[in-house]
Amino acid sequence: MPQNADNVLDHFELFRGPEYQQMLANKKRMFENPRDPAEVERIREWAKTPEYQEKNFAREALTVNPAKACQPLGAVFVAVGFESTIPFVHGSQGCVAYYRSHFSRHFKEPTSCVSSSMTEDAAVFGGLNNMIDGLANTYNMYKPKMIAVSTTCMAEVIGDDLNAFIKTAKEKGSVPAEYDVPFAHTPAFVGSHITGYDNAMKGVLEHFWDGKAGTTDKLVREPNEKINFLGGFDGYTVGNLREIKRIFNLMGVEYTILGDNSDVWDTPTDGEFRMYDGGTTLEEAAAAVHAKATISMQEYCTEKTLPFIKGHGHEVVAFNHPVGVAATDKFLMEVSRITGKEIPEELAKERGRLVDAIADSSAHIHGKKFAIYGDPDLCYGLAAFLLELGAEPTTVLATNGGPKWAQKMQALFDSSPFGQNCKVYPNRDLWHMRSLLFTEPVDFLIGNTYGKYLERDTGTPLIRIGFPIFDRHHHHRRPVWGYQGGMNVLITILDKIFDTIDANTIVPAKTDYSFDIIR
Amino acid sequence: MSLAEKQSVAEIKARNKELIAEVLKVYPEKTAKRRAKHLNVHESGKSDCGVKSNIKSIPGVMTIRGCAYAGSKGVVWGPIKDMIHISHGPVGCGQYSWAARRNYYIGTTGIDTFVTMQFTSDFQEKDIVFGGDKKLAKIMDEIQELFPLNNGITVQSECPIGLIGDDIEAVSKSKSKEYDGKTIVPVRCEGFRGVSQSLGHHIANDAIRDWVFDKMDPAKPAPFEATPYDVAIIGDYNIGGDAWSSRILLEEMGLRVIAQWSGDGSLAELENTPKAKLNVLHCYRSMNYISRHMEEKFGIPWCEYNFFGPSKIAESLRKIAGYFDDKIKEGAERVIAKYQPLMDAVIAKYRPRLEGKTVMLYVGGLRPRHVIGAYEDLGMEVVGTGYEFAHNDDYQRTAQHYVKDGTIIYDDVTGYEFEKFVEKIQPDLVGSGIKEKYVFQKMGVPFRQMHSWDYSGPYHGYDGFAIFARDMDMAINSPVWKMTNTPWKKSPSKPTLLAAE
Repeated sequence: MPQNADNVLDHFELFRGPEYQQMLANKKRMFENPRDPAEVERIREWAKTPEYQEKNFAREALTVNPAKACQPLGAVFVAVGFESTIPFVHGSQGCVAYYRSHFSRHFKEPTSCVSSSMTEDAAVFGGLNNMIDGLANTYNMYKPKMIAVSTTCMAEVIGDDLNAFIKTAKEKGSVPAEYDVPFAHTPAFVGSHITGYDNAMKGVLEHFWDGKAGTTDKLVREPNEKINFLGGFDGYTVGNLREIKRIFNLMGVEYTILGDNSDVWDTPTDGEFRMYDGGTTLEEAAAAVHAKATISMQEYCTEKTLPFIKGHGHEVVAFNHPVGVAATDKFLMEVSRITGKEIPEELAKERGRLVDAIADSSAHIHGKKFAIYGDPDLCYGLAAFLLELGAEPTTVLATNGGPKWAQKMQALFDSSPFGQNCKVYPNRDLWHMRSLLFTEPVDFLIGNTYGKYLERDTGTPLIRIGFPIFDRHHHHRRPVWGYQGGMNVLITILDKIFDTIDANTIVPAKTDYSFDIIR
Repeated sequence: MSLAEKQSVAEIKARNKELIAEVLKVYPEKTAKRRAKHLNVHESGKSDCGVKSNIKSIPGVMTIRGCAYAGSKGVVWGPIKDMIHISHGPVGCGQYSWAARRNYYIGTTGIDTFVTMQFTSDFQEKDIVFGGDKKLAKIMDEIQELFPLNNGITVQSECPIGLIGDDIEAVSKSKSKEYDGKTIVPVRCEGFRGVSQSLGHHIANDAIRDWVFDKMDPAKPAPFEATPYDVAIIGDYNIGGDAWSSRILLEEMGLRVIAQWSGDGSLAELENTPKAKLNVLHCYRSMNYISRHMEEKFGIPWCEYNFFGPSKIAESLRKIAGYFDDKIKEGAERVIAKYQPLMDAVIAKYRPRLEGKTVMLYVGGLRPRHVIGAYEDLGMEVVGTGYEFAHNDDYQRTAQHYVKDGTIIYDDVTGYEFEKFVEKIQPDLVGSGIKEKYVFQKMGVPFRQMHSWDYSGPYHGYDGFAIFARDMDMAINSPVWKMTNTPWKKSPSKPTLLAAE
């Protein structure tokens, strides 16, 4: 009996004992009809070959281990960033359970979101009654200032019309006529979660700026000195938005962060559950039309939103998840140019500290090869940072990155001597990545939690940067933007490099001559 | 902290009734009327808990429930390790449920085992418009080429499949024929079907009946020699290894487990099961259907059991042994005696730290009743419980065998109700899911996830009970809960404030 009250064994120890090992071996041999171990080994080796890769890349229909989620997830991400707002997803209720779980597993925070709980009858007759009842219930129970509606694929397939439904619900008295119910159609079979971010953000702005679905006059822009800021779908939103606010405050920039979810996903444990916390106020969202410019940190999260904003007379500037020295330089200088505010000495010093840190450590990164996967903008930002560290982002893959993104990545590679052997893979998944890691090995892999399966199968050490991160805690609290964010990314990469060297040199009397105390 | 222990049953009942009346006030009239049927205070001696169940959730209230796809892919089929389960439709469903349920297994993932992988048809607009059957057929070909050691394929339908009129059955049949009778199972578990995960369980059970059992060659001999002691574990998903810490006990008492449904299970084990002498059923809710079917069709009796906590484990071992001869009955006693010292040590260590603590539960279809005994073994009391997707037979079992007089019962609880109940009742521990965890921890209430075991486990069996006891102790007695009040702020934070009302 391996279990012990004084030293309780967890699952990772318990089942390694002889009793369990014997039991599992018997189970397999007698009842599982297992494959011949030699055959398993043969296929395992075959799956590492260029021949397998060719078949793998010839896939046309099957997706295996994609690095993307669906649109409504992005819509929920946007909605919780507005003051006292509940995301209301029209369609099947299981979807909402999934979004809430997904975000809670990443942020270790509650995520409030409701569903219109459509079932078979709604599939036949449409979901109008679900919208009418749902809005009334949500409004009464959770007293939100705004209900932001998006859709699951079920509602999209049957063709429910949100604009008409919300109008009817208001006529039926579900919520007051003047109550804010912005909406966005977010079909899961188009694009990914970043598309959902885009549609939902555009939906909110359209609501406030363009006459609240025909119920009021459109706002007339009276340009002011403020700038709007869009973070895009970002797993580091808590740390990043706070860092951006700090930077803007240092510069004396007047700003509106549109969709500021940095507080609602970082509430204190002090005896009170805050269903709502912080967020862009509805007044700010409306007044954002008057801003002089809008900055998007993620071009591919705002492909529709930025042109919409531009159409209202703003200057719009898009970045690709800027990480590191040059990207932050460019970001700050653009902010400075737009606002006319100088970049203060303090930020120049922070810049110098990041350059200092890179100089101290670059010998350990220089020439190392990396594979990166994630959302298109994040991939770009990280690849650009690696290039300035003298590393090679050999393999860059985005399941939700298309041909335009690929061109942009290629241009980035072409701009650096360290990018000469780098390749971009748009619309590919992590099973493609698995082949690539075997046929074109790299030193490190950068990706989200699911990269640990690639680490296990290919032996490539994983550096966890991305979304979701389920199996490490609190990373989302640290920024990756700004010079301070660049410092955090640098340290994260270095820690893994040093841990890997130590692990490779730890065998006593064999490899430990290199188990250096100073590195 | 607990109020319950200081009050009489009558006082508790009155308070709980008042509490229910109070939460109902927040709803519009129609909704209040509907929700009232799902909330009750248990009266001992009643045959059920006096709540309606398995009814559509109300729009907009923040139900905690999932969908039929979650019940089929996430619960029943997903853990079958040597088959490839295609999440058929858009990318999201498979993505959010990817490896999230901790169904442990042994195997070479990606080669002969596929549980923690996300296979999806990643539907695009053109698939919605023109249908996805051709794509599905191609996917099966690509699976055969790239994953040649798979032992079968299932098609887990997402919402659009049933809405656009795809014929996944025809595709499955024709591909099965093309691949020499390969097991290919179409499952109509679209998320909009039914009212919760529950219908997904049922549909998944029926798919095993129709596409595994009914396709088997009855003349084919069993791959093993039958014994009088062959049993199958049904309804254990091996979360954190639960089925393993259960199996070991059954084997130690002299039984032979020929199949696990479905944690660490394989297609061969599903096919073995009609040869069992007894099906032992842990999660009644999700697998009673197939158990009843096997009883009718193959004459296999089935027996519900409960492997949470030493009292229920001993009771269950004796109950299971009752279906067999003296050898097994003696085996059960031997196993109970063998683990008694461990259980005594665990209880001696943790009971003094947990005695009198109160618990509120809200879980799926089994645990809201099944874990009550384990808490009681530690001297704890469950003061409130409810199910996401139970049916009335679950509430009957709950009332007749588990809950105490005056327990507050909440079916398909809404976020609002659950918060209010916990705020007023102030249990020492809440056991529910990931969506609820952080809500209650913010309120300063210790919490354990009772779906995933909060990434711990196993909790089943004697070995699991030691972990369960340790985990409940560390949740409740963590020093963090002493720090939740800000010391320079005069009034204590909300929950305590409400108690003083």
